[in-house]
Amino acid sequence: MIKIEQFLQQVFNGITLGSIYALVALGYTMVYGIIKLINFAHGGIYMIGAYVGYFCMTFLKIGFFPSLLSAMTICTLLGVTIEKIAYKPLRNATRIAALITAIGVSLFIEYGTMFFVKADVRSYPALTGLLAQKFAVGGFNVSMLQVLILVITVALMFLLQITVKKTRIGKAMRAVSLDKDAAELMGINVNSTITFTFAIGSALAGAAGVLVGIYYTSINPLMGTMPGLKAFIAAVFGGIGLIPGAMIGGYFIGMVEVMVSGYGNSMYRDAVVFGILILVLIVKPAGLLGKNTREKV
Amino acid sequence: MAGFFKKSWAVKLVSLASVFILVQLLISAGFIDSYIQATIATICINIILAVSLNLITGFTGQFSLGHAGFMSIGAYVCAIITLRIGTTGSFILGVFAGAIAAALVGFLVGLPTLRLKGDYLAIATLGLSEIIRIIFTNLKITNGAAGLSYIPRFVNWFWIFIFTVGTVLLIVNYIKSSHGRACIAIREDEIASEAMGINSTRYKVTVFTIGAFCAGIAGALYASYFYDIAPKTFGFLKSIDVLVIVVFGGLGSISGSILAAIVLALISTFLQSFSEIRMILYALMLIIIMIFRPQGLMGSKELSLSLFKKAGKLFSKKERV
Repeated sequence: MIKIEQFLQQVFNGITLGSIYALVALGYTMVYGIIKLINFAHGGIYMIGAYVGYFCMTFLKIGFFPSLLSAMTICTLLGVTIEKIAYKPLRNATRIAALITAIGVSLFIEYGTMFFVKADVRSYPALTGLLAQKFAVGGFNVSMLQVLILVITVALMFLLQITVKKTRIGKAMRAVSLDKDAAELMGINVNSTITFTFAIGSALAGAAGVLVGIYYTSINPLMGTMPGLKAFIAAVFGGIGLIPGAMIGGYFIGMVEVMVSGYGNSMYRDAVVFGILILVLIVKPAGLLGKNTREKV
Repeated sequence: MAGFFKKSWAVKLVSLASVFILVQLLISAGFIDSYIQATIATICINIILAVSLNLITGFTGQFSLGHAGFMSIGAYVCAIITLRIGTTGSFILGVFAGAIAAALVGFLVGLPTLRLKGDYLAIATLGLSEIIRIIFTNLKITNGAAGLSYIPRFVNWFWIFIFTVGTVLLIVNYIKSSHGRACIAIREDEIASEAMGINSTRYKVTVFTIGAFCAGIAGALYASYFYDIAPKTFGFLKSIDVLVIVVFGGLGSISGSILAAIVLALISTFLQSFSEIRMILYALMLIIIMIFRPQGLMGSKELSLSLFKKAGKLFSKKERV
């Protein structure tokens, strides 16, 4: 018998994990939507975010919110730098070349970090005060931390929606992802729009890194690889290039992972997620919200 | 390859035989210690892996990140067979059983996933190799995360040489055949080659299966040479190692892959105690090669005797002027 409280508890844990995946998946999906590149380095940026948050909170002893903001700022700078140095020269290269570069950048970030901070696992400082509290709602435990993660994620997604739908640069982003050449002819600066997309995506990944740090409390230089891949799977599941798709996909993958760990064998957690990917690619490659498009000659 | 059965055939046979005999003599005379022998074995295994991945990625243009998965199937099947029956016959059986098992998985997975284009295929194959690794980590017969150890060693220089030359010849001849030309056509333009009547799915699946078969052989040799195997040996980074060799040597150059396998093995031997620096170097190499020479160092050129002759003529002309 599955107890209903236990189930609700798992659902809530799934939503928390899902929010983090959704944040990372948004960066993947926006970059893919605009330059058709799987930015493998995204997982690395997420890891850097976690480390920046760690250093701000442990050594500089600034509070949680300033640390979150500095992690997002540094990740933005990192994302823009990567785009300028590694991806921009390859704008017109083959897809394979761009993808291999992305893998190279990802390895460079991960092992470069490992070189400087060593491979040891580090633990995040415990939160104090209001943020450390837990309370019980109708039989299951909710920590203030989980609420915080949820609130921050929803707020960031809301900001993103406003940016993409209401501002001029958002309009430019949508135009470039629809048709790069036509957008350029209409006087949109394609290069700066792409840079802006990388900046937003990297900021979200940085935020996700700090959130995962305070949630799981341990970080290491290779922590970004698996969540990065899973966030990509989330983006594919929802329909790559679509912002609502990435959110739905993120929550779905988070939920599946928590349920497999809770009620199945946690060793097979990753295998199930990759299985979902292969299934989605075979059954509906355009994803949940995507439309099938015919390839034109 | 038109003149394969003519004079060049004899030249090739003699040069291959002399390489084999030379190394064999050096081993017997004690000039090559077991450390160098292990390096040679690693080079040969990497050559098999790189050449077979080059067939998939370099010649047919299908980006696969799952080579380590197929390698692990070959390794585990061969290890399990030789641990049960410890004879040379069982080793040969193990190598082929491992290769066929890997090829079968490659075929079954390739059939649906090869409809995917470029980056989707890369992620799907990466996912597949992770699934294989997780299954091996959880099975009883593979002894979980600890892996199998005390695998009897039947591999020596003779067997490694035979299998390496065999796989390279298999792939070279495949590429020089009409099938191989069809694959290159698919790489250049899939839609155009479909219009020319090439059944692209069939060729892609065939190439993927051959690649998996060869990776299985490499895995079996690895298991038999290095005594113990564990699932973490065949992770994502192993696939990246092979990819680095292929990219470094040139997408679409067999001799490039062979050269790169040798050069990179020497580099990583020097950097053995600094694994992080090795990975940073590999990463930088990938980025720099892709930005400045996206077709790899050799491109699709092959190293051959005629190339040297051409170079020689070029130099002598310059001298006359």
